Amino acid sequence: MKTMLAAATMALSLGASGLVMAEPLKIGMITTLSGGGAGLGVDTRDGFMLAIKQSGNKDITVVTEDDAQKPELAVQIADKMIQSDNVDVLTGIVWSNLLMAVVPGAVAQGKFYVSTNAAPAALAGQGCNKLYFNAAYQNDNLHEAMGEYANKTNKKMFILAPNYPAGKDSLTGFKRYYKGELAGEVYTKVGQTDYAAEIAQMRASGADGIFVFLPGGMGIAFMKQFAQSGVKIPVMGPGFSFSQDVLPAIGDAALGAKASGQWAPDFDTEVSKKFTADFQKEYNRLPSIYAVQAYDAAQLIVSAAGKASVKDADAFRNELLKADIQSPRGNFKFNTNQHPIQDIYLTEVVKKDGVLTNKTVEKIFTDHGDAYAKDCKI
Amino acid sequence: MTIALALEQLLNGIQLGVMLFLMAAGLTLIFGVMGLINLAHGSLYMVGAFACATVAAWTGSFWLGLIASLACAAAAGAIVELAVIRRLYDRDHLDQVLATFALILIFSEGTRWLFGDFPLYLDIPPLLQGIVNLPGDASYPVYRLAIIAVGALIALGLYLLIGKTRLGMRIRAGESDREMIGALGVDIRTLYTLVFALGSALAGLAGALVGALQSVQVGMGEPVLILAFVVIVIGGIGSIKGALYGALLVGVTDTLGRFLLPQLLALFVDPSQAGMIGGAMASMLIYVVMAVILAVKPRGLFPPAHA
Repeated sequence: MKTMLAAATMALSLGASGLVMAEPLKIGMITTLSGGGAGLGVDTRDGFMLAIKQSGNKDITVVTEDDAQKPELAVQIADKMIQSDNVDVLTGIVWSNLLMAVVPGAVAQGKFYVSTNAAPAALAGQGCNKLYFNAAYQNDNLHEAMGEYANKTNKKMFILAPNYPAGKDSLTGFKRYYKGELAGEVYTKVGQTDYAAEIAQMRASGADGIFVFLPGGMGIAFMKQFAQSGVKIPVMGPGFSFSQDVLPAIGDAALGAKASGQWAPDFDTEVSKKFTADFQKEYNRLPSIYAVQAYDAAQLIVSAAGKASVKDADAFRNELLKADIQSPRGNFKFNTNQHPIQDIYLTEVVKKDGVLTNKTVEKIFTDHGDAYAKDCKI
Repeated sequence: MTIALALEQLLNGIQLGVMLFLMAAGLTLIFGVMGLINLAHGSLYMVGAFACATVAAWTGSFWLGLIASLACAAAAGAIVELAVIRRLYDRDHLDQVLATFALILIFSEGTRWLFGDFPLYLDIPPLLQGIVNLPGDASYPVYRLAIIAVGALIALGLYLLIGKTRLGMRIRAGESDREMIGALGVDIRTLYTLVFALGSALAGLAGALVGALQSVQVGMGEPVLILAFVVIVIGGIGSIKGALYGALLVGVTDTLGRFLLPQLLALFVDPSQAGMIGGAMASMLIYVVMAVILAVKPRGLFPPAHA
């Protein structure tokens, strides 16, 4: 009897350890929860936590801190998370200038970084790293899609973005595909809230279309002022300019605006419908593109954590690379530089049941990678 | 560049200047009369914007919101003065900076606690929507013209208040010699509270007016506060007249710099580079102007005579 019990216990414990590696995994989330960019960070956090909650994996803990959209603060938080909180994976940064301040240091100390949004060109080409994954896109992608779309509709575009890494990536990406003439190319200060001077230039430029990349509060301010200015040139932009976090604040001024995105709330797939419903049930609002990206980043970490120990960096990396997740976006796989290969769609801002949202119009790119992957040697 | 564009940009510069004047007037008044550096002035701007957005959403009337913004900012200013600021007049500037910085944090966190992280929205009243046509084929939003008009009225009102009324006389006396007017039997404590509430109301009004142009969100006051400090340093600390000229100078310099520098650079380098470098240079321009002015006139353009 005794031997039988002992054998059973042994078998059970073996079985248990074989099933799940009950190894604790600590994730440090640094994101923007205050100031003009707070909407983006809140959606990032909420999308991420939804996936963690749904996984039911009790061995994963997440510590979250607000970077207030300040690079120096993000670096401090990252140092603290790595050195005193002993996190294994970092994630959550919204802004490319903050990401550039944090990621090189974090990966040098052997920590994984899975980006939920920011994807500067500098980390996609020669500067790519085995420990740095991007679950969102490469910065240029959505802008490239709009450049491609503008070829069909416009001959003379006025383009505008903030003066920081993602802003430069944005206009570079747009110009990589757009073949027409440029009526103007303007870089504004990050966090700028009054665009009267730029709108006056647009009015005088004779452009037949305007492309703006202004995430968060910047976009709200721009679109409201643009609508008030009486300038009638059609506005387009990447999904961020008209995503769910800013649409209610922009109001009807955004109606009809064309944008690009890897996902929109009206996606007609089971995974996307379930995600949208779950998100709405949990937080009582529609998810934005940032929420989807963070949701997928969390899914990626969860899937890898289920199969490999994060202490074994090579094994964990291989599991991440498999991208064994059900993304609301549909097709999702990693390129050689650990950035996504995915489809990119054209969307349009519409009013549905009194709520402003994005409707999918057509697919612009299928299985789109990025221009920097060929320079990445890992 | 056409005349229309130049005119429009000039108006943009004046509008930004007028908005900065509303902020700077309160800041410089408080410094002039009480010798207090109030970093929390930006928070009162935020209070005004939030009050206007909330009341406008409740009642559907922007005008009620505007009144609420004046009332709330003035009340918040008076409460802060009675509870905190009053204890700081005799302390040195470092203590004042520390205490008012703490107030920024309290106001920001308090507002986030009440309203959440997402920006509020405030629409322009129907009366002020649309654009007006100006000579030279230019056009300009009515609302921005209205802001310029409000700023001009406030400037006139402040001039009359300070130059022609008993209260203004006391304020000027307070600027010249605080102890003496106390000794002459003027209730200096009430005067301080009044001046602080007045400055706060102006900041609140600026916040509400700008709230309809931008988004109403936590932390919206701090970038404006920095500019307002630049304005009063350029204008001469404590001088309302200096605040007006300083604000217009900063507003026009910033707007025209953003617009002209990239075009100027485009003559030498390719347009994309010019946009990037010009944009970066434009954001430094007002600080360069400030440095030059301080090098020539270390106490600002219109330093108060007594200081």
